[in-house]
Amino acid sequence: MIQEGRSSAALELREVIAEHHPEDELLREDRIPHIWCPGCGIGVAVTAYLEALKLAAPKIPLEKQVVVSGIGCTGRVAGYVSIDSYHTTHGRAIPFATGLKVANPELEITVFSGDGDLFAIGGNHFIHAARRNVDINVICVNNFNYGMTGGQVGPTTPEMAITTTSPYGNMEEGFNLPYLAAASGAVFVARWTTLHFRKLRDAILHAFSKRGFTFIEVIAPCPTSFGRPNELGQGLDEMEWYLQSCVIDHQANLKEIGLSMRKDSKIVVGNFLDIERPTFMDRYQEIIKRAKAQLSGR
Amino acid sequence: MGMNLIAKAEVEREAILAGTHFLSGDDACAEGAIAAGCRFFAGYPITPSSEIAERMARRLPQVGGVYLQMEDEIASMAAIIGASCAGAKAMTATSGPGFSLMQENIGLAFMTETPCVVVNVQRGGPSTGMPTLIGQADMMQVRFGSHGDYAVIAYAPASPQEMFDYTIKAFNMAERFRTPTFVMSDELIGHMLERVVIDPDKIKIINRKRPRVEPGERFWPFEPEADLVPPMALAGEGYRIHVTGLTHDERGYPAATEPEVQERMLERMLRKILDHREEIIEYEEVELEDAEIVLVAYGSTARAAMRALRLARERGLKVGMLRLITCWPFPDKKVAELRDAKIIVAEVNAGQMAREVERHARKPVYKVNRLGGEPIHPDEILRKIEEVAQR
Ligand SMILES: Cc1ncc(C[n+]2csc(CCOP(=O)(O)OP(=O)(O)O)c2C)c(N)n1
Ligand code: SF4
Ligand SMILES: [Mg+2]
Repeated sequence: MIQEGRSSAALELREVIAEHHPEDELLREDRIPHIWCPGCGIGVAVTAYLEALKLAAPKIPLEKQVVVSGIGCTGRVAGYVSIDSYHTTHGRAIPFATGLKVANPELEITVFSGDGDLFAIGGNHFIHAARRNVDINVICVNNFNYGMTGGQVGPTTPEMAITTTSPYGNMEEGFNLPYLAAASGAVFVARWTTLHFRKLRDAILHAFSKRGFTFIEVIAPCPTSFGRPNELGQGLDEMEWYLQSCVIDHQANLKEIGLSMRKDSKIVVGNFLDIERPTFMDRYQEIIKRAKAQLSGR
Repeated sequence: MGMNLIAKAEVEREAILAGTHFLSGDDACAEGAIAAGCRFFAGYPITPSSEIAERMARRLPQVGGVYLQMEDEIASMAAIIGASCAGAKAMTATSGPGFSLMQENIGLAFMTETPCVVVNVQRGGPSTGMPTLIGQADMMQVRFGSHGDYAVIAYAPASPQEMFDYTIKAFNMAERFRTPTFVMSDELIGHMLERVVIDPDKIKIINRKRPRVEPGERFWPFEPEADLVPPMALAGEGYRIHVTGLTHDERGYPAATEPEVQERMLERMLRKILDHREEIIEYEEVELEDAEIVLVAYGSTARAAMRALRLARERGLKVGMLRLITCWPFPDKKVAELRDAKIIVAEVNAGQMAREVERHARKPVYKVNRLGGEPIHPDEILRKIEEVAQR
């Protein structure tokens, strides 16, 4: 893990080759090596998730934990985690997870996917699942581009950012995801970066304990496709920049926390929203009661 | 909590609408699903299938099930696959435009071998076409609509009673072979009201095979048994399975760059259906023994063909009929046997199943077609019979 305040040069010297990853038990070891690039932020997000799984295990046994992904570099997460794991189609992890959850409410389901998957092709599902307050957790690794397909512009790519399909700069504005999630009805909304490992892990842990639709945005480096053309450098360089530019503000006005990812900008992070609202299944229990009462009344 | 929708070994008797009823095809379909143990329906309204959703919305909560109206048909299809992975028997119902939207996730259901049922009450197409009027033009879409190779089980019911019976059958075959199955109805059958007899004693239910080892023991979720169908572990049982739409090996692990795995797994997935053709295929033979002219029809059009057959027989013409009940897998052997007769295929499309009949009869057939919006009248078929009899 990154030590706060160290330079990337110093970190490079501390190369450690370990026999086993501390989370091996929760990884499908026979599937390693993984496909992710050096410096990619997805691994940090996965490790935070794995730690949260472990910490939650006394309350939520691993058999009841399920991870569902769409398609993309982040979409591959489902393939490496050694719990019941479903790798679905591009954009459709949320409706798939909705079916899973409704059919077996005992499951603790986390959708782990990318910004393009969840907010372009899958955007409609996101807002509707939040509105319904389906009891699932959504973790979005936001790397501001379509990593897997070669770094094209996506729904969170900031204005004027360079990607392979916005070679002169992105003419559109990107989504402000926490604002979108809160407006759509999520009961817990957080944003952290891959630098904030513990905060991220704790946010995931909290999401497990929440009833209802939770959303965590993880700002992550994609050095291969986004970092380089946008002067954010390698993965570690981008993490160092997070260190300088992140402001923790749990009370932030969500309207104002859109991201430009320009070197001179700030990234507001925090656990922004934490409310209670009846879930889809809470309400459905009531519907079942009514239907049965009507049936026996006849 | 406590409540879940995981299919039980037996369907609760009180859930089944026993007795003799006057039902529309759409309503009968919904009742068939419930009698088969379906406890999850995800859908999006579309004419002429909406009555199925409406009845499921009313009936499912009564039997402890869940009706979920999704944001579109893409989500509906994804949701029923998810529900099935958790152990529910799950269904969606739609018509042309929605069926088009479902195609990608139908492929996911094939690839992940997830049982579920998709009902298409066909209307006139393409595009928005004729929302309230009959079509039978999705018969090739159901066979080839999603990308890649796969083998399909699809039924074409010809009455509300068959909507009930073959929705149950579709669930049974889905569970038996771990595959999505299809009920390819049409507007006329969906909206037609007829007597439907429901006798719970006569309903046979098949449930998917379950793992034969305990969680923690070696279990590969896509390792087939002798019938080529792998037992299915559900989410939350502790088998820690991985399920992906990528080409995968028997462990369920992606093998997207290994052509030999693609060959092995896909061939098995095709064969698990095609090797069991005889078990799956159903058709009705009407007066074929002496027939010099054979009508081939399915769905509502078969009813018109039946009437034409009667009228032709009254006129002394030796006419028989092969009514397709299973359109896919196609009854290739049976059709090949008809080669000596003159064949007339009647359908509300530009000649979709006719092509398949020609392929297996290995000769050109005569066709009676309408492009949608109106059913084929028995007189049109009769005229064709008389014309063909002259040749
Ligand atoms: C229907 C469909 N369209 C396009 C693709 C190609 N595709 C695969 S991944 C991807 C983008 C993924 O981007 P994102 O969700 O941001 O994930 P990342 O790779 O950045 O982690 C696309 C467009 C696909 N698999 N399916
Ligand atoms: S392309 Fe980007 S997101 Fe994908 S693995 Fe490489 S660094 Fe990570
Ligand atoms: Mg991305």
